Amino acid sequence: MSGARVFLVRGLSKTYRMGEVEVTALRGVDLEIAEGELVVVLGPSGSGKSTLLNVLGGLDTPSAGEVRWRDEELSHADDATLTRFRRDHVGFVFQFYNLVPSLTARENVALAAEIARDPMTPEEALGLVDLSARLDHFPSQLSGGEQQRVAIARAVVKRPDVLLCDEPTGALDIATGRRVLSALAGVNRELGTTAVIITHNAAIAAMADRVLHVHDGGIARVQRNERRAVPEELAW
Amino acid sequence: MTALWSKLRRDLWHGRGQALAIAVVVACAVATSAGSVATARALNRSRDLYYARANMPDVFADATRVPAPVAARLAAIPGVAELESRTTGDGRVSWPGGSARVRVSSVSAGGGRLGTLRLRSGRLPGRGEAAISEGFAEAAGLHPGDRLSLVVNGRLQPINISGVALSPEFVYALPPGGLFPDDRHFGLLWMAPKDAEAALDMQGAFDEVVFKLVPGASAADVIGAVDPVLLPFGGEGAYGLDRLVSNRFLSDEITQLDNMATVLPAIFLGVAAFLVSVTLSRLIASQRMQIGTLRALGYGSNAIGLHYGSYAAAIALAGALAGLGLGYAFGAYMSRMYMEFYRFPVLDYRADPRAMASATALALLAALVGAAGSVRRAVRLAPAEAMRPPAPGRFKPTLLERTGLARALLSLPSRMSLRGLARRPVRAALGTLGIASSVAVLVAGAFFGDAMDFMLRLALEDALRADATVTFIHPVSHAALDELARLPGVRAVEPVREEPAILRAGPRSRRVALTGMPPGAELSRVVGEDGRPVPIPASGMVISARLAQLLGVRPGDRIRVELLDGRRAVGELPLAATVNDVLGLSATTSLESLRRLAQLGNVVTGANLSVEPASRDALQRALDDRPSVAAVAWRSVTITAFRKTVAESLLAFSGMLVGFAVAIAGGVVYSAVRSSFSERSRELATLRVIGFTRREVWRVLVGEVALQLVLALPLGALLGLGLAALTTHAFQSDLYRIPLVIDRSTWVFALGVTAGATLATSLVALRWIRRLDLAEALRSGD
Repeated sequence: MSGARVFLVRGLSKTYRMGEVEVTALRGVDLEIAEGELVVVLGPSGSGKSTLLNVLGGLDTPSAGEVRWRDEELSHADDATLTRFRRDHVGFVFQFYNLVPSLTARENVALAAEIARDPMTPEEALGLVDLSARLDHFPSQLSGGEQQRVAIARAVVKRPDVLLCDEPTGALDIATGRRVLSALAGVNRELGTTAVIITHNAAIAAMADRVLHVHDGGIARVQRNERRAVPEELAW
Repeated sequence: MTALWSKLRRDLWHGRGQALAIAVVVACAVATSAGSVATARALNRSRDLYYARANMPDVFADATRVPAPVAARLAAIPGVAELESRTTGDGRVSWPGGSARVRVSSVSAGGGRLGTLRLRSGRLPGRGEAAISEGFAEAAGLHPGDRLSLVVNGRLQPINISGVALSPEFVYALPPGGLFPDDRHFGLLWMAPKDAEAALDMQGAFDEVVFKLVPGASAADVIGAVDPVLLPFGGEGAYGLDRLVSNRFLSDEITQLDNMATVLPAIFLGVAAFLVSVTLSRLIASQRMQIGTLRALGYGSNAIGLHYGSYAAAIALAGALAGLGLGYAFGAYMSRMYMEFYRFPVLDYRADPRAMASATALALLAALVGAAGSVRRAVRLAPAEAMRPPAPGRFKPTLLERTGLARALLSLPSRMSLRGLARRPVRAALGTLGIASSVAVLVAGAFFGDAMDFMLRLALEDALRADATVTFIHPVSHAALDELARLPGVRAVEPVREEPAILRAGPRSRRVALTGMPPGAELSRVVGEDGRPVPIPASGMVISARLAQLLGVRPGDRIRVELLDGRRAVGELPLAATVNDVLGLSATTSLESLRRLAQLGNVVTGANLSVEPASRDALQRALDDRPSVAAVAWRSVTITAFRKTVAESLLAFSGMLVGFAVAIAGGVVYSAVRSSFSERSRELATLRVIGFTRREVWRVLVGEVALQLVLALPLGALLGLGLAALTTHAFQSDLYRIPLVIDRSTWVFALGVTAGATLATSLVALRWIRRLDLAEALRSGD
């Protein structure tokens, strides 16, 4: 592990009620993530990886176990604490971009910048993902890959400590997907932002420092890559 | 199709908040419409029934003193089927615990053949007895068997109350010169003919005669024939039922109810149609996949159209059903309130199936009109297209933002709101109009209070400044004023002379009370709407602008004046000025010019007094003892009576309007915020994930509504002003002109209630935001 520990997860379990059925999404997960690390969480759909990401990002609270962000206990935090945690430390990237359709690329990024403590400018953030030429375009005027890069810029503009990405290439073709991953890797490398990428696409695992294979609500196997592949080398 | 009906039922339950918002507005529409119509018809029916049963006269005539044999000449006039002569006059009654003015009238056996009295308790008066009017009996707490002291023509006589009765000619019983029924201080008193004639010194004569015409006879012809006969006896000009004060107030009220049955429901139904349109378009947008699936399963356009059309119809029907119940209660309540002022033997209030059916049909129609656009879109949705999630909405910077300044000033959430509105301009405009109509309803309803206050101030503070107004039984010499001046507490006395007269200009004429006042009178003045007194010219008249309009005259024109007293003096006076007054038709000249016209010495018919407040009771007692005094009207009593009557009915009315306005604003805002929340839940969840607090997300969500509110308030104020102006115009009559006066407090009230209802409703969204499942909202692409 290269840097200091940022996430510490012990005995994490999560049970949902789906209608009248109880679904166990996570059962007793133990995990640590270090500063600056790029972690890929790999697993089939329904394995519990999204739930893990939601709990790490403070979107959801565990049914049992402990989740710590540095010295802060997230497991039983209230909504205000979790909101502050997300606002100050976390950048999210989603499969379907989740841009605000009524705002331009620049404004979508500004949306996050305006509530952050020490943001970069929206233009800088969009420059990082190579979108300086599309600042004033609305989402409806951008391709899927471009929309996802705007979403990444929106996630990084606040200089977050950790980027949490849920299937960031899930809705994209290979070439576009590579560009998006390359943008994520660039942010991780240049800004030292810890990144957790969730995917069911095994090919992406090669770009990680560490790969967590999730199966049936638990971490089945941990794989450490000696060398991180550059996204341009990936193929699927 | 049963599966689709189950879906409809569950969709309705799932969207019950919005369905309820629409149903409430529909209910208001149906309630006001059915309730007002039922009340108007109840008043109409009750009046017609009462008039028919009581053998209501068609023509009325007053004179000073007509010898009894003249009646035969009147009866011979072609077109007259039947007539009845009466003896009438002013009097005063007192009893242990109170006193009041009364209008004394003779009543023949059986309660009279025309305008027959209806006994409510006791029996008709025999010798030494009197029947009194029901409103007065109730207000004064008098019953058959009670004893009164009656003073007529300065003579006191004890009299027993034999019974309590109603007269069709006084359904609305205004005291002479009064503005409002005042049952506490004015009543009707009927005596046997011999008693009345004796009390009024009218043996062998009458001073009032009423006519029933043969079917098809023209009232105008009969009036034309009656006037010359009565002229030598102080005939004051006959008039038809349409000019009878009681009947005119009643007719005006029915017209007003009919207007209410049209205007308010139209506003409500417009709002309801809009709400249906917003709700259904949102529902259909969120059910694209389901529509696609139904299509793929083989459901046709008709089935889908019927399904969503039924959604709108079900809400409208539920609202209408509630509205019918509410309308029945509302009508019953209004009818009860009317019974306080309009005295019918029976108020025939009942549910009106035709009004109910048409109100329900209109509500249904409005809902379907609102649904039409969305249903058409649902029906036209191609199956394959329906199965795909909709593309991101197209947005562009608004015109406002393209000017660099606005761009620099607007926060991101305000830009989102602005663009959201600009993307659906029609919906935004209609929503704004909906909120604005809430303001308008409040202004148009609440301004009545301001206008009444203004009328009261103008009539009873600016124009009449005397503390007491004394009316003499017969004209008295000027010297009587010196006597009044010596009474306890009297600070100043000013003479008044009032003569019934007909003003004529060419073919047009009008019967009025011509008032003579000393120029420079201080206790009673002629004051226009602007509050400025109009000076009384030495020779010439000042008349109501309304009267000038009716006569077709302008300042400078000469008007023929025919005095209706015994001498029937005729002369001409120039019109010096018109005055925009608010009550009745007034005509005023100087005492001197009236004296010259009447060719009768220096007499007065009344006096205005300024009185020391502490000496009021003493003065009242002193005046009671003076046989020449017919009545004393205290300004403070009039003001209190006016305020009490008006305040009571207005309070109920404005309470109802607040309810309506809150329903409109609440319905529009709830619907707007709910739709926006559903359409943007993903966007809002994203903001929460990025780190926006619930409160910040709420602000983003209600931003559009806030912008609409900002636009709606001034727009609503303007609409309210227009609606109020329309109302004043509709209610212009000879009896009163409602001035367009809206106090600041009314504006604050209207804007405040609307803004408050908007804010309160949008606060509901905080709950939805709290319940927003972030993980769930972000999971899927749709």
